[in-house]
Amino acid sequence: MRKILVTLLFLLFGTSAFADCNIKSGSINILANDFPALRTFVETSKQCKGSADFKVTHSSEHNKIAVPALTANPSEFSARIAANSSIVPLMNQDLIRPLDDLVKKYGKGIQDSQLITIDGKVMAVAFMANTQHLYYREDVLKDLGIAIPKTYEEVVAASEKIRASGKMQYPYAAAYKAGWNLAEEFVNMFIGHGGEFFKSGSAEPNINNAKGVATLNMLKKLSELSNPDYLTHDSEAIKVEWESGNVALMTLWASRSGTLLDDEGDPNITKATKLTGPATVGGGNIPAATLWWDGFTLAKNRSDADAEATFRSLAHAASNKKMVADAADQAVWLVEGFVPGPKSIGVIEAVKMGAKPYPMLPQMGLMHGALGSEIVEFLQGKESAEQALKDVEAAYISKAKEQGFL
Amino acid sequence: MPNKTFFWFFLPTGLAMILFIGLPIISTGIQSFYAQHDQVVKEVKKCDPFGCTVSIVVDNEETSKIREAKPLGKFNGFGTYTDRNHLAVDEIKKFWNETESFGAFVDQVTNLPFYKALIFTLTYCLFVTPNVLLLGFIIALSLNAVARKIRGPLIFGTILPMIVTPLVGSLVLFWMIDSQGIIGANIQNLMNDPYLSLKSSKTLTWITIIIYGIWHHSPFAFVVFYAALQTVPQEPIEAAIIDGASRFQRIKHIVLPHIYPVVTFVALISLMDNFRVFEPIIGFSAEGSAQSLSWLIYDNLVNEEVILFGSAAATSMMTIIGIAILLAPVLIRTWKEFKTAR
Repeated sequence: MRKILVTLLFLLFGTSAFADCNIKSGSINILANDFPALRTFVETSKQCKGSADFKVTHSSEHNKIAVPALTANPSEFSARIAANSSIVPLMNQDLIRPLDDLVKKYGKGIQDSQLITIDGKVMAVAFMANTQHLYYREDVLKDLGIAIPKTYEEVVAASEKIRASGKMQYPYAAAYKAGWNLAEEFVNMFIGHGGEFFKSGSAEPNINNAKGVATLNMLKKLSELSNPDYLTHDSEAIKVEWESGNVALMTLWASRSGTLLDDEGDPNITKATKLTGPATVGGGNIPAATLWWDGFTLAKNRSDADAEATFRSLAHAASNKKMVADAADQAVWLVEGFVPGPKSIGVIEAVKMGAKPYPMLPQMGLMHGALGSEIVEFLQGKESAEQALKDVEAAYISKAKEQGFL
Repeated sequence: MPNKTFFWFFLPTGLAMILFIGLPIISTGIQSFYAQHDQVVKEVKKCDPFGCTVSIVVDNEETSKIREAKPLGKFNGFGTYTDRNHLAVDEIKKFWNETESFGAFVDQVTNLPFYKALIFTLTYCLFVTPNVLLLGFIIALSLNAVARKIRGPLIFGTILPMIVTPLVGSLVLFWMIDSQGIIGANIQNLMNDPYLSLKSSKTLTWITIIIYGIWHHSPFAFVVFYAALQTVPQEPIEAAIIDGASRFQRIKHIVLPHIYPVVTFVALISLMDNFRVFEPIIGFSAEGSAQSLSWLIYDNLVNEEVILFGSAAATSMMTIIGIAILLAPVLIRTWKEFKTAR
């Protein structure tokens, strides 16, 4: 009798995770970027899809699809996994719905700190944090007696020392691919110098100044210590460089640490790969990095029934203690019950050091785009830093005028 | 063919062309004269896991009211065409007045995105088109001379670059010229310069893309020329051989005049294709060093988080005009010949 009771209790508790998402109808279609943590997240939400339709599109081209797909009525996707920057175009075009009612009704396990509120309305539910920080090769630094760099000036000095020792020709790596990646590096470095992208309270650009010049000069110094093909290297390419043992210092996304530290590749390199917080620059006290969150948003142009089904299944993942325990290696989860492991050092350090979040401004995408193409010639040594910054501002102003921001 | 028969024969194609080519071009043209409405923004409190800040968002209620009243946007006339990211009329005037030497003026102008892209596009056209014609013709002549037995496999091998998807073809070459790839590493050894990179130097990137373009497009010229060579009559050639004409003279005086209309055709198609060069830039990740007009359109549509329809439409219209200007001399010549022939 006792045995049966215990078994029954077990069954009850065993299924309790599924009991609250007994979804009867609706269809769920999710658009998300493609990296391991997001796949885990979506898989977890699928567990409680009930009898709803469940579809997902993981694509690294998600930014290009999102706005057109959500503009359609009814929208192609019922949910979009977005980040600080990619939620902005959705907000600008009024494509996502407030989640207050759904959070109240179904968001039991979601912590308040996970809610992204804009003007008092919940627009997204965050579930993981991300940033770019330093990775270093412990063996190489130890051999040459170099301390773990804390500032980009130390990164430059350390890289020069490694190069002089003849161990590596191009000891530093970062995603400098012309376009979005390169612009992101500028954003990090500019914020590290204490820069503000726009004159306060307006959309007028504010980068052609001493801070902008210092930012460009630092990027140039670092690029000279990188593989000469740096303008074609994205995060994936520098990850490969690292795993081939060509690089000893690197700035890379925290969400990539899982694939660097897994069992694939040379075990000696994996063993010597260590993580540390993001570096500061130019004597500043906040790190030259931006904090990012990833969270889910729901499409406005979709029926309430679909929105409800989608919210319930995604909320299941966004409050899932088992998921964050099982996949603790994959990301810095913002979900309750997450115990940070050695792979989360980068983000945690960044938060401790007071890193700023990526600016969530309506016109920031235009600035990011202008940076990505106009600073290339400076890095190639074809024009001065002042000219490059002037070009960025001019390119931005034309685009902002066309979009009605100026 | 009587005109009436021709009309009915052409009608379905004509309708499809109007529907799928004509109307979209007209719509793009209209779009290029409009810009977005002025954005109504408001200050609000934003909170995320890292804290709260006060900053601005687009006021959607106000914006949707304006949008409903005028869905096309704000009329901008030629404003988008003349702004800095396109023809940059004001900037060019300023450069002209401010710069001291003509060289400095040219430097300033080629630093503007549209002119930068235009120069790459034209350079690509000017190098690729003649080389494609020449290479295609030489391959066709050589293949026409080899024994019939091995011609089949040889033809297949020759058109392979055209069968390979452009993006895949350029990616393969991209990895080969990597500083650790087979070509890149060997060039470094050969030049004894460990910092030499085909991808970081602008000139070398341009040369790589142009060589890729020639490699990719030659098979098209070859196939057309090879077909045309089959129609060259044998009698005059035999007569020329008896008269003692060399191989070069035979080609110059008999073969070339015979296939001349085909050469014009291939030149036209190549010019049009090359003016729209796009895939190799993506395949070679060459955005930093080489931008074409088509790439500018792509950039406006997808690379920004905010889509710039007006900019993209304006560049599209100017690309169409550019192709028309490039083709004009050839078209006029063909038209004149057609008239004299009648």
